[in-house]
Amino acid sequence: MSSGHDTKDIQQHIKVYMIVFTALAVLTLVTVGASYLDLSSGEAILLALTIASVKGSLVAGYFMHLISEKALITWILMLTAIFFFVLMFIPMTSFIDQARLG
Amino acid sequence: MEIPYTIEERSDTGLYNAKLGIWLFLASEVMLFGGLFSAYIFLRYGAPEGAFHEWGQELNIPLATLNTLILISSSVTMVMSWASLKLQDIKKYKLYMGLTLLCALGFLFIKYLEYTAKFDHHIYPSTNTFFAIYFTLTSLHGLHIIGGMIVLFYLWIPGRKMWESQPVQFTNRIEIVGLYWHFVDLVWIFLFPILYLL
Repeated sequence: MSSGHDTKDIQQHIKVYMIVFTALAVLTLVTVGASYLDLSSGEAILLALTIASVKGSLVAGYFMHLISEKALITWILMLTAIFFFVLMFIPMTSFIDQARLG
Repeated sequence: MEIPYTIEERSDTGLYNAKLGIWLFLASEVMLFGGLFSAYIFLRYGAPEGAFHEWGQELNIPLATLNTLILISSSVTMVMSWASLKLQDIKKYKLYMGLTLLCALGFLFIKYLEYTAKFDHHIYPSTNTFFAIYFTLTSLHGLHIIGGMIVLFYLWIPGRKMWESQPVQFTNRIEIVGLYWHFVDLVWIFLFPILYLL
């Protein structure tokens, strides 16, 4: 059963969830708006992925409680992130190869 | 025999077992979608200059924006259903879980409208490499929504009776399914810009 302290904590959490929700909705509209700007392809990709990363961090940090989660989970996710970047790096190497072949 | 560590935390991991389990599963999901993101980069750079952007113009940005907002809302209602249980309010839990399912249905309906509009215009995965990866990524994501909905529905109605006998374990179950649901939302947060906006 939850104690009075827990109840207060959860009510505080709920306020944070509402702020995060607003931020996510605003950022969604910002990213759509930004896609209509006259940016180069590289700039557009950088901007869209930056906004998506901020939104993703908000979801992971607050809805998934990662900011207050146990260290073991953080370690697992860091390992996952390393493998994910390796996976993203593999196609990049083919471009280097392509450039070398001219 | 009772399953250990469904409520209490293990001293070595500091977690109840299901939480460690779901995070390991989500790590494997990162690699599953990661492989396809990697394929997206390959195909985008392999296509003629600007072609991916041009092919993507066929997609409906307002509908996808609405879908993004619906999925974000479902994440909020999901976390609110867990918070309601923490506050011992089963009525609010039922309401928020129902809303989460409603949002999920809305998301799938809009996806259905988008798919049928494409098929009506004779656009299929074989049309070009952009639509090949678009249909692959969005249908895999859609399958995750459907899978999640089955579990959410179970926990909304038939599985809810556990609340009476094991309230803490039931609350943990909602936290676990919530972690999965937020992950599905998180994947969409990246799919939306790379498929619709870039």
